[in-house]
Amino acid sequence: MPSLDDLKKRIKSVKSTQKITKAMKMVAAAKLRKAQENAEKGRPYSQKMQNIILNLTKSINDPENAPKLLVGTGKDKTYLCVVLTADRGLCGGFNSNICKLAKAEFKKILSEGKDLKIITVGTKGLDQIKREYGKYIINKFSFKNKKKITFHEAEIIGNEIISLFKKDEFDKCILFFNNFKNVITQIPQAQQIIPAENKDLEKKEENSISYMFEPEEDEILEDLLPKNISTQVFKAFLENAASEQGSRMTAMDNATRNAGDLVDKLTINYNRSRQASITKELIEIISGAESL
Amino acid sequence: MNEKYSVEIISPDKTILKEDATEVVIPSFEGEIGILKDHIPLITFLRPGLIKINSDSKKIFFVEEGTVEFVENKLLILTSTAKFLTDLDKNILDELINGAVKDLSNTNLTDKDKYLLTHKLETLKNINLKTF
Repeated sequence: MPSLDDLKKRIKSVKSTQKITKAMKMVAAAKLRKAQENAEKGRPYSQKMQNIILNLTKSINDPENAPKLLVGTGKDKTYLCVVLTADRGLCGGFNSNICKLAKAEFKKILSEGKDLKIITVGTKGLDQIKREYGKYIINKFSFKNKKKITFHEAEIIGNEIISLFKKDEFDKCILFFNNFKNVITQIPQAQQIIPAENKDLEKKEENSISYMFEPEEDEILEDLLPKNISTQVFKAFLENAASEQGSRMTAMDNATRNAGDLVDKLTINYNRSRQASITKELIEIISGAESL
Repeated sequence: MNEKYSVEIISPDKTILKEDATEVVIPSFEGEIGILKDHIPLITFLRPGLIKINSDSKKIFFVEEGTVEFVENKLLILTSTAKFLTDLDKNILDELINGAVKDLSNTNLTDKDKYLLTHKLETLKNINLKTF
């Protein structure tokens, strides 16, 4: 049975924790609104770019000579996995969810006897992955000291990926990030960016318009595809930023509520034991008086 | 020739411009193209230059690169470097010019890079003459 003093101290400490989580929740909520806006504003760019690429690929007659970024190297040997996580913790399962998905994929790749290369973005993911897969990590990025992630940062990653591809360092590139669905749901996703995945490409076959290309199709594609890589990375960044704040907000909301429950429970305990000691003293006084 | 069609300029982080225009002149890779309503579908990419949008008023943007699609009377310009001309001042311009000159002095440029950079420099210098 803890003493009254101990209980009092615990209640106080839980209350101050609650204050912190509450403040974090409010900060996350404010940041979330901004991040969500940014994510929504960024969507048209990547969508429209996908659309143009789709139109271009439809009109390529000679798939053999198509740019390698689009059709791949023809091999299936080395995988490059780019894992995007946050730089800060205390955001629920946000970082672990991405890492869990990524690790499952790593395992699959390795068990098929293929080579694996990893690039991590964000320190939290690096910490979780390097324990098991440290030797596969070839590069790590962190934009911890940047206040706002802009397209410039995405370009750094994009250019790194492209230069590796040009050196023939990998055949396939997969991007791991959290897709922001709404405040409480974030879905970890694996998106293949090289070669460009053409799942949706075949669906929209019917509305084919014959375009005029200036200069030739492949020249445009050669200009566009590297940009598309950076765009996809940037989109992932934006989705991730919104997801991180959303995830943190829910996590901190839960923490605040749990702290409240704990305070209630401890207060009841505290009151009971205080009453118990009062009753005990009373009994002692009464029985002392009776024995006289 | 006063019929209007819709123009959108989109950068990775936001939609910069969305309005109706009668004519848009874009600095396409192989030369300037003026686009009026009912132009045939077109996909092209940009070199550094000025995008001129003519509607009731005239708007000019400076771009370094970008991709353009015109289809069904919708003009779509995707670029990460569009700057509204009135937002530029002398300091920014000088900085851009110096950057371009420095890049040009690099000896191992490809022909394409050289071509792009010369155009960038030329455009920037012309802006300088016009506005200051």
